[in-house]
Amino acid sequence: MTKIALRVNGDLCEVETNPDTPLIFVLRGSLGLMGPKLGCAQEQCGACTVLIDGEATQSCVRAVAEFEGKEITTIEGLSKDQLGQTVQNAFISLNAAQCGYCTPGLITTATAFLKKNSSPTREEIQKALETNLCRCGSHNRVLAAIERAIKEGHHGQ
Amino acid sequence: MANNSSLSTTPGLDQWIQFRENGRLSVANGKVDIGQRISTAVALIAAEELDLDPARIDIQTPVTGVAPDEGITSGSNSMEESGNAVRHAAATARRHLLSLAASTLDTSPDMLEVDDGLVVARTTNRSVTYWDLMPTGSSFGIEVDESAPIKPASEHKFVGKFTPARGMEDLVSGHAHFIQDLTLPNMLHARPVRPPHYHSRLLGLDESITNRLSSEGITIVQDGSFLAVAASDEYSAVRAAERLFNAATWDTSIGLAEGDMAKRLLDEPRQSLEVVDGKPTDNPPPALHASPEDAALTLTAKYDRPYHMHGSVGPSAAMAIYENRKLTIWSHSQGIYLLRAAMADGLEMDPEDIVIKHAPGAGCYGHNGADDAATDAALVAKKIPGRPILLKWTRDNEHAWEPYGPAMTMVLRGSVDQAGKVIDWSHETYSDTHMNRPRAGANRAGPGRLLPLNYLSAPLPKPVASPNMGRHAGIHRNLDPLYKFPQTRLIKNLVRSMPLRTSSLRTLGAYANVFAIESFMNELAHGVGDDPIEFRLRHLDDPRAIAVLKAAGDRLSTRNKGKSIGHGIAFAQYKNNKTYAAVGIELEVTDAAEINLLYAGAAADAGQVVDPDGLSAQLEGGIIQAASWTLYEEVTHNSAGITSRDWDTYPILRFGNVPEVETIIINRPSDPFLGAGEATAGPTAAAIANAVFDATGIRVRRLPLTPDRIKAAALDD
Repeated sequence: MTKIALRVNGDLCEVETNPDTPLIFVLRGSLGLMGPKLGCAQEQCGACTVLIDGEATQSCVRAVAEFEGKEITTIEGLSKDQLGQTVQNAFISLNAAQCGYCTPGLITTATAFLKKNSSPTREEIQKALETNLCRCGSHNRVLAAIERAIKEGHHGQ
Repeated sequence: MANNSSLSTTPGLDQWIQFRENGRLSVANGKVDIGQRISTAVALIAAEELDLDPARIDIQTPVTGVAPDEGITSGSNSMEESGNAVRHAAATARRHLLSLAASTLDTSPDMLEVDDGLVVARTTNRSVTYWDLMPTGSSFGIEVDESAPIKPASEHKFVGKFTPARGMEDLVSGHAHFIQDLTLPNMLHARPVRPPHYHSRLLGLDESITNRLSSEGITIVQDGSFLAVAASDEYSAVRAAERLFNAATWDTSIGLAEGDMAKRLLDEPRQSLEVVDGKPTDNPPPALHASPEDAALTLTAKYDRPYHMHGSVGPSAAMAIYENRKLTIWSHSQGIYLLRAAMADGLEMDPEDIVIKHAPGAGCYGHNGADDAATDAALVAKKIPGRPILLKWTRDNEHAWEPYGPAMTMVLRGSVDQAGKVIDWSHETYSDTHMNRPRAGANRAGPGRLLPLNYLSAPLPKPVASPNMGRHAGIHRNLDPLYKFPQTRLIKNLVRSMPLRTSSLRTLGAYANVFAIESFMNELAHGVGDDPIEFRLRHLDDPRAIAVLKAAGDRLSTRNKGKSIGHGIAFAQYKNNKTYAAVGIELEVTDAAEINLLYAGAAADAGQVVDPDGLSAQLEGGIIQAASWTLYEEVTHNSAGITSRDWDTYPILRFGNVPEVETIIINRPSDPFLGAGEATAGPTAAAIANAVFDATGIRVRRLPLTPDRIKAAALDD
C-alpha cells in the first residue's frame, strides 16, 4: 500500500492504495465517486470515462499511480461545470437515457469533445462517441441532446 | 376474481395505494423499472385518475412480501397488467375518497371537483384534501373494484402528454443509482470464479496459492465446483479471482458440441408441435403436402439466426446479507418472487426467511445474469454470516455465462396464385428453449435454473426443457402471421441438444420468426413482380395493421434513393395482440459489402398512449438493438468454451453506424393501451434484409448481415 496524492474534481486528496490499482476502483472505493461505472474493465465500453487534464479517458485499466499530479474530473465534477451542466440538462430535456448505466460516460466524453470542438457536425459527434457503448438504443437521443447543448451556446471556455 | 391478473393476486387497495405524509402518495406495483419507464407511466395513470400532480407520487421499488406479486417484468405485459391494475386501484380510491368527502362536506359526490388532491364542493366552495380524508397510517380496507368509473380519455390532463422520465437527474449526475453502486458498512466485495466452460468440473486447487490468498485476508468460498472470493477492497477481489482461477485444475474432458448451429438445429432430435391460432396443440404435426397445383409461384427458403446475448453494459451483480438464518438480497432480477421461491428451494430455506429487494441494474432486455448473480451472492453470504456481500460479475463472466437468446432456424414455403394471393403457407421453426427463468416446475426446475446451483458438491441438475404451450410463447412467438392466408401449416420444433445455455431475450422467438416471415413476404412479392407493401396489404384485414404499414411506407417513400441505397419495410403485431409496428429502413451497401444504416422510421399503434415520449423511446431502442443483432451479433464457441468474451469478440452497434430514427405514433385514446417494448425488433431485422436486397439484389437469409454473409449469399444466388 502506498499513499498517492490525487487532484479530483478540484480537490486534493490522498489515498492509500496499491499503486497498480486501476483508477476507477480508487474513485469509487476510496473516494465514493460512483459516477464512473464499471462496464468491461478492458477499455472497450466507455462507461468508466473520466477527464484527465480535460481529455476523455477510460479509468478501468490504467493504474492510479499514472494519474498523480493530473487533474481528474468525474461526472460529479462536471455537474459543477457550466458546459457539463448544459450537456446534462440537454440529456434530461430529451430523456436521452433508458437504463442510464452508460450515461455518465457519454456525458463525460461528449463534454470533453465539445470543449475542443464547439460546432461539430453530427458525424464528428458520432465519431467522438465511438468509444462508448449504449445497449438500450438511446443513441439518437444522445446525439440530439449533444446538438441541443451546442445550440444552448454556453460552451467554449 | 378480477379480470386483471395482478388484481386477482393482490386485490386489496391498500397494497397498491397509500397516502403518506407531506402531501405524498405512494403507489406500489410489482413490475420493475428497467429503463423502460414503467414507473413514469404508472405514476401518470395514478395521477390522472386521482387528479393529482404526478410529482406527488412516489413509485415504490418492489420488495418481496410487500410489493404486489406481478410475476415477471416481461413479454410487453407491464402496461396491461400493472398499468391497468393501478388505473383500477386509483379509480377505486377516487370513488371512495369522493364518497368520504361528500359526507364531510354535506354534499353528493357528483357535486365535487378535485384539483391536485383538493376536493371542492361546487356549490358551497367548502373543501377538504385527500390527506385530511386519509390521514397517514389510515387504510382503505377495501378491494380494488374494476367497475369503479375510469376517467374518459377526453378529460385526460397527464396521460398522453410529454413528461420527463423519472430519475433522469440521478442518471445524468452519476449518483449511486445502480445495484453496482450499493455500499453498506462492513461490506465485502466478491467475485465468482467460473470454470472454463459449462461442463468443466473442479479437480483441485493449488494450496500454495489458496494459502497465500487466505493470508492476505481473502475469503475463498468453495462448494463443489462453485468458487468465489471475497475481500474488503474491490480490486483485491478482482485480482484474487484471477489468482484463484489460476490455482484451479479443471476436468475439461467433456467439451461443447461444435459445428454449424443452423445445421444442428435441423439434424438433432426434436419435439414437434403444430401451432394453431398462436397455440401449440397435441395434434400430430401435419406433413408438408405438395404445393397447390394452381400456384403461379412456390418458393421455399430457410432463414437462420445465431445465438445472441443480452449484453448488458453493466455486468450482473447482487448484494446479500445472511444474518440470524435469514437472507436479505438486493437484485436486479425481473421476477423477485419467482427468484425467492427458487432460491428458497435451492438453499433449503423457508421463503419467509428470504427478502429480495429490487435494485436497478443496467438494461437487461430479458433473463440475463441477474438471478444467477443473486444466487452467487447468497452462497457467499451464507459462508460469511453478518457481512454484506456485494458480488459482481466480470465482463468475461457476463459474456460467457449469461443465458443467451437461442439460435433459430426457420423453414418457409409459400405459394401464390395468379391474382397475387398467398394460397398456401408453411413455416417450421427450430430452436432450443427460451423459457429458462427460475420458475417452479417438475424436478425442482426453479432452483435447477439458477446457474451456481448446477455446480455445487450436491448439484441441482439443469431441468429438461418442456415445450411452452402458451399462446405466442417462446419458440412460436409470432410464428402465426397476422396475414389472412387460406391455408397455413405452422410447426414449432423444440431442439434440446443444443450446446449453449439459453433463455428469454427480448422478443423471444418473435425476432427470428418475424425476420423470416417478413423477408419471405418480400421474396414472394418479388417473385410475382408485386410491390412489397401492396402485397402485404392484400393479405391484411385489420385496419390498425393497415394503418401502420401505410404510414411507414408513405414516410419511407418520401425519401430519395441514391446509388447503392436500398429501402426495406416490414411489419408485425407483437404476439398478434400487442403493439402494431411497421419499420422502414434506408441503408447503403458499400463495395466492401458493409451496411451503413441511414434511416429507420417506425409507425406504431400501441392503443391509448400514456407516456408518448417513453413509448417512442421503447420503439427507438427496439430498432437500434435489433439493428445491432442483425448487423453484427453472433455468440461463437468451440469445444473449449465460449469465444465471445468481450466487446471485441462480440461487437455490437456503436455510435458511428446509428441511423436517423423517427417514430410515427398512431394514438387510439379509446382503445386499451398495449405493451410496446418488443414491437419493433422483428420488423427491423426484416426491413434491413429487405433493404439490402433492394440495394444489391442479394437476399441474405442468415444473420448477422456481415460483409462475409452478404458475399456468401451473393455466391449462393
